[in-house]
Amino acid sequence: MKVEKQVTSGQLDFTFTRRAAFVGGVQAAIGLTVAARMSYIAVADNEKYKLLAESNRVNLTIIPPRRGWFVDRYGKPIATNRADFRVDIIPDRLVNKEQTVKTLAELLALSTDDVDRIHRELKLAQGFQPVQVADGLDYERFAAVSVRLPDLPGVSPRQGYSRFYPSGAAVGHLIGYVGTVSAEEYQKNKNPLLITPGFKVGKDGLEKTLEDRLQGEPGAKRTEVTARGKIVRDLATRPDIPGKPVQLTIDIDLHNYAARRLGLESGSVVIFDCLTGDILTMASMPCYDPNSFSDGIGRIEWKMLNSDDHIPMLNKALQGLYPPGSTVKPAAALAMLHHGVDPEETVVCGGGYRLGNRVFKCLGRHGPINMADALMKSCNTYFYAMGRRIGYDAIAPFSKALGLGQEFPLPFPSQRYGTIPDSAWKMRKYDQKWSESDTLNATIGQGYVSVSPFQLAIMAARIASGLNIQPEIILKKRPAPGRLNFPEEHLAVVREGMNRVVNGDGTAVRSRLEIPGIAMAGKTGTAQVRRIAGSQRGQSGAWKYRDHGLFVCFAPVDNPRYGASVVIEHGMGGARAAAPIAKDVLTFLYDREKAMASLEALEAGWGGNIEQRMASKYAAFQGQPAAPPPLDPTT
Amino acid sequence: MNGIVPAPIAALPWRVIFILSALVGFGATVLYSAAGGNFEPWAGKHVIRFVVLLAMAIAMSRMKLEFWKSMTFPLYLLLLVLLVVVQLMGFVGGGSQRWINLGIITLQPSELMKPVMVLAAAWFFDRLPPNRIYGFDAIWPLGAILLLPSILVIIQPDFDAAIAYAFGLGVVGFMAGLPLIYFISAGVGVAVLAPLVFFFGLKAYQQDRVLIFLNPQNDPLGAGYHITQSKIAIGSGGIFGKGFGNGTQSHLDYLPEGHTDFVFATMAEEWGIVGGFFILFMYYLLMRWGLSVAMQSKTRYGQLVAAGLTCTIFFYIMINLLMVVGLAPVAGIPLPFVSHGGSSMLTMMLCVGIMMSIERHPGAKRGQFQ
Repeated sequence: MKVEKQVTSGQLDFTFTRRAAFVGGVQAAIGLTVAARMSYIAVADNEKYKLLAESNRVNLTIIPPRRGWFVDRYGKPIATNRADFRVDIIPDRLVNKEQTVKTLAELLALSTDDVDRIHRELKLAQGFQPVQVADGLDYERFAAVSVRLPDLPGVSPRQGYSRFYPSGAAVGHLIGYVGTVSAEEYQKNKNPLLITPGFKVGKDGLEKTLEDRLQGEPGAKRTEVTARGKIVRDLATRPDIPGKPVQLTIDIDLHNYAARRLGLESGSVVIFDCLTGDILTMASMPCYDPNSFSDGIGRIEWKMLNSDDHIPMLNKALQGLYPPGSTVKPAAALAMLHHGVDPEETVVCGGGYRLGNRVFKCLGRHGPINMADALMKSCNTYFYAMGRRIGYDAIAPFSKALGLGQEFPLPFPSQRYGTIPDSAWKMRKYDQKWSESDTLNATIGQGYVSVSPFQLAIMAARIASGLNIQPEIILKKRPAPGRLNFPEEHLAVVREGMNRVVNGDGTAVRSRLEIPGIAMAGKTGTAQVRRIAGSQRGQSGAWKYRDHGLFVCFAPVDNPRYGASVVIEHGMGGARAAAPIAKDVLTFLYDREKAMASLEALEAGWGGNIEQRMASKYAAFQGQPAAPPPLDPTT
Repeated sequence: MNGIVPAPIAALPWRVIFILSALVGFGATVLYSAAGGNFEPWAGKHVIRFVVLLAMAIAMSRMKLEFWKSMTFPLYLLLLVLLVVVQLMGFVGGGSQRWINLGIITLQPSELMKPVMVLAAAWFFDRLPPNRIYGFDAIWPLGAILLLPSILVIIQPDFDAAIAYAFGLGVVGFMAGLPLIYFISAGVGVAVLAPLVFFFGLKAYQQDRVLIFLNPQNDPLGAGYHITQSKIAIGSGGIFGKGFGNGTQSHLDYLPEGHTDFVFATMAEEWGIVGGFFILFMYYLLMRWGLSVAMQSKTRYGQLVAAGLTCTIFFYIMINLLMVVGLAPVAGIPLPFVSHGGSSMLTMMLCVGIMMSIERHPGAKRGQFQ
């Protein structure tokens, strides 16, 4: 045992006092540390933490801008925005995908096609891309989802606007449709607006090409939110700046009428104001309904469109190319007049034209026939003979001057221009010399010639007015078009020939306008889809091998105002399929009631108007197995 | 003093009552705002509890020091039994339980053990002959006092309480004059053992707390959320705060536990560092009062108890404030007299009551005649 140090209670007292003072000092030091730390946070870092507190408190929501409207030349709406309630899913924030979609399907009464689409889009979507569940909801359904939000993480109900096309399928190819931004687009430009639920961009047609003008500026809504995301109150809101409206040259009533009048056919109607070049109508049917396309494309809908041999995804007015057949005879006639053919000179038609050991057939046996009557009767023999006399290289420039095979700078995502051939073209393309039989074929619009319905309408309008009109889809003040380089007396001969087609003893007399004082002039065309083989002349057999029916026209004859083309795929003949439509559509311009009466009678036989027919077709497709649509169906 | 104030009232320990009332009153103000301008559910209860417990503390102050001395060991044993009872109740009820519900109040034995631990240590040193202070005799009984309750709370598991016991005991031992070498070697020991305890002694959630404290930005939405949001609340308050009732961090629920453990952040957001300094100053006065009670006590038991209890209160203040300003890991320790909560208020007022008793009965030096 070691000797213990002697300690007295007095010493312990002293120790206590010293140690108590030490403890007091330590306490003071810790107190000062806290004070210093607090001051540092609250003074030096004040700005930083204020900002953090503010970003906690304030939730900034982007308000997608309302898209600019499309209106027609009279201000009637073609594409508008409908205030609606919508529900989207943000895949990143989903917790239980299956359960969430199931709950939503029950709450919103979604169809199996919709549920299927949602699942598919969820699979494809990058996590940040909103997937639309439904839009155009009524308040009760919307509220049913809103109140269950705490149990549905990742679901975003919003009040917003959705695109609405009052004309439905009739304007699909003209206007296009809108859709959510693709993942690639967002990767290119990481603008948060692009992934805001409800924000859509143009996917086709004018919606796509005029995107910049239509888009507008997003607004911002600032709300005070709790940590759990409950909105306490709205703070200042910066409203969106809607996109600029676009006024088109279209006469939407006429356009809709034309689209309806096309009925069950696959075809197009293009009408120009032949004094200005304004496109009044550019209908192409059948077509998808841009309203339902803008909501995302369902499997059944896609199958329905894709299995249709009438190709609803194709804008036939601009992208369809057809041999124009006899509709180019007026252009050939102008070339012949220019190259010295006397319009009164006759050619004897014995039912065909012999070139070497081959006979090129005429549809009739017309006897001696002059130019105007050759147009009226669509006599091939006359045009074979005169065409051969001047050569096709002399005709091609006239066709081109009238717009055939030409490019026009229009804001449509894709146009096809077709071909007006000549000897240099053939040499370039096939390394072959132009033959006389090529000339004969090309003169009557067969062979290498292919044009779009849009170009045919320009041709009709230019012949009608003699003006070098340029097509325009956006309404604006433009300088008056200059005159074409054709003498008025040449045009008069051609117009007279076209007048006789309808009002004389021509191929389209049954489509004469029944309006006092207004007459239509035109030219029919029947284009072979394949070479005539044996007895099959393209007038029977499978639909896809039948002849196309074409008709170009203008009205009124004495003071032309409208130039138009009607092309009916596999319609078997211009007089039979196309001219009656032209007649009704032009009638609509002068007497709506009369035109509507004949349309309604027809639609009764077709099974309803466009919308009704699409609905019953959709119903028929329901329940059939269907493959999912591609991401971007129009590209 | 023979003015118009009756003598029993004038004799009340007004100094500490004023300090505590200021803290509780300010705390109630903050709780009132945190409840969105309502006395319910926190501010009203807070004040009522304080008034009731203050009456209890004043009643306790009437007890002579000898009473506390004689009660020390029985209290210690009683709490040990209660700790076992709580453990058994938890075992029966399936899950860990820390309290006993007595209907009007819930007793948390591990919490009550904190001041009793100080009493026990003081009781021991009071009995220890002065010249044995350097011997082994001065150590092993302390170990025994600490060990039993610590084991019982650690299996609860309430590691924080065990640390608080060790702290209370250590402070009393330090004040009692244990050789400094013990404390220095204990400090070195902790520095060496801390990593070992961290890796082998702590449960995963406790490890997380420490890691997150070291780097809260790593997990801003998980467990680091508390510290981050607390700093945002204090930092955005600035010098004068956002004004009474205008704290967004607390009102919009960004700040978790804004009425209990993080009440200081709730306060700082609305009152700024001005409010923070006010609270710190009140604590300074409270500590000064506590230590002055200890210094003025003539008995060794009184000295050690007063100093030990002062440090027990200080332990709460220190851990809470260092945590709230981001200098210590998140621990479930409330801020004395400001945070809402009955258990901690009861413990604090027990400490205060005993200290008031010591203030009232300074006693006489050993060997002195009274």
